[in-house]
Amino acid sequence: MKERILRNIARNSRLSTEDLAAMLSASPEEIRGAVEQMEKEGVICGYPTLINWDKIDAERVTALIELKVTPERGRGFDRAAERIYQFDEVESLYLMSGGGFDLTVIVHGRTMKEVARFVATKLAPMDDIESTATHFVLKKYKEYGLSLVEGKKRDERQLITP
Amino acid sequence: MRNPISETVRQLQPSGIRRFFDVANTMEDVISLGVGEPDFDTPWHIREEGIYSLEQGRTFYTSNAGLMELKKEIVRYLDRRFHLPYTPEQVLVTVGGSEAIDIALRSMLDPGDEVIIPEPCFVSYLPCVKMAGGVPVPLPLEEKDQFKLTKEKLLSAISDRTKILVLPFPNNPTGAIMTENELRQIAEIIEERDLFVLSDEIYSELSYQGDHVSIASLPGMAERTIVINGFSKSYAMTGWRLGYAAGPEEIIKQMLKVHQYVIMCAPTTSQYAAVEALRYGDEDVARMRESYDERRRFLVKELNDMGIPCFEPMGAFYVFPNISRFGMTSEEFATRLLHQEKVAVVPGSAFGGCGEGYLRISYAYSIDNLKLALGKIQNFIDTLF
Repeated sequence: MKERILRNIARNSRLSTEDLAAMLSASPEEIRGAVEQMEKEGVICGYPTLINWDKIDAERVTALIELKVTPERGRGFDRAAERIYQFDEVESLYLMSGGGFDLTVIVHGRTMKEVARFVATKLAPMDDIESTATHFVLKKYKEYGLSLVEGKKRDERQLITP
Repeated sequence: MRNPISETVRQLQPSGIRRFFDVANTMEDVISLGVGEPDFDTPWHIREEGIYSLEQGRTFYTSNAGLMELKKEIVRYLDRRFHLPYTPEQVLVTVGGSEAIDIALRSMLDPGDEVIIPEPCFVSYLPCVKMAGGVPVPLPLEEKDQFKLTKEKLLSAISDRTKILVLPFPNNPTGAIMTENELRQIAEIIEERDLFVLSDEIYSELSYQGDHVSIASLPGMAERTIVINGFSKSYAMTGWRLGYAAGPEEIIKQMLKVHQYVIMCAPTTSQYAAVEALRYGDEDVARMRESYDERRRFLVKELNDMGIPCFEPMGAFYVFPNISRFGMTSEEFATRLLHQEKVAVVPGSAFGGCGEGYLRISYAYSIDNLKLALGKIQNFIDTLF
């Protein structure tokens, strides 16, 4: 039941409790209870909105930065990660396997210059960071399973079929 | 000039669905709950495999019965999902389940042979029986039996001329299914009276109360059953026109003869895509089934809350609410709903006389779409009292 709730709100967090209840043959109270519990447990961490920033005029760039990090005895990469993810500029941070680097940071800024400064002044000088490689995103096609480039699809089916 | 039209064809009734479609089609901004096909796109990996086959220049006929690779996958699939015991020689790939229905009947019927057709049901069985020279014997099923075929009902329809029973479950339009126990009782009679079964299992993957059971998996029944299935509903592949029949080799052989003269072979691109679907499509099927199931629960609850009684369908993607309390025929109800609120549903009477008093509402639509349409249906019934 919890998983089915999650699969549904992962696609559409605005589904109402009543609709979810009808869809899963549960009572609205059960759904509300389950959602509240998952919020408390940190399973549900928030309800952000997927926005295609390219559609508005505001300047905004995204960069993916690969970091090579010296692990720390006993704590591995966690300490470096903690120092990095607290920056507001950091949207996502992942520890990666293989590939000659350890952490992947996804950073937002208003301009490339701003991101470059963030990397140069905040990330690169950290003690455990051995090297950085910054890649700027040119165009976003898809995020969180949703296409950002396709328009809303028209229903092309015949109105009535056997 | 002489009359150019065959008497058999002239006497076929145009489908009631067609009539209603023609009306709906002249209107703008109609919200339809009238389709008999999935709203999902064919999963991309399957479409991609079709495209790849075109890039590779696989644009020729395949062997008449279909690609061996595909027939082997169908055999594996039928065994894996429904414990059916076929070999590739017992499988024939067709242009949709529809062709399979047609050529099975043509291969099995002699003039005067009777075919029992439980109704309400898909619109093609009856005309196909007639075109094959057989005599259709409609058998009305009832809501009180959840539109299941019962032993008593079947016995009442059998005569000395009965040869085939059409078994259309999970059912379009009622959403009814048959459980293993219920099928056992039917199978007993089939054997006793020496009949054959045309089991149309095109909705087999859309079964919401445990896995679908095929009558051909019961002891002694594979020898007497033609199983019809396909890719349209389970993999959202209606436009690819690909289905198949599986059954006793002696019947399949004769069907192949008809098939090779009238069709040659099923579309090659579709066959390559279907191989991919059967090998790597199980998760897609499960994902779509889960989604249909949620819409089904949603729709049944909302309709009942609205005062339109609706028995709980356990298969396919239709609900079949009872509208007899509104004192209108189903065609009248559907026509007025269409004109007043621009919502298209299909009158139950399009699926046989006993569908009178019901509507077929499809839930091959997003929840948002369903909600929008339900709001309008509510408006409509508010004007009735």
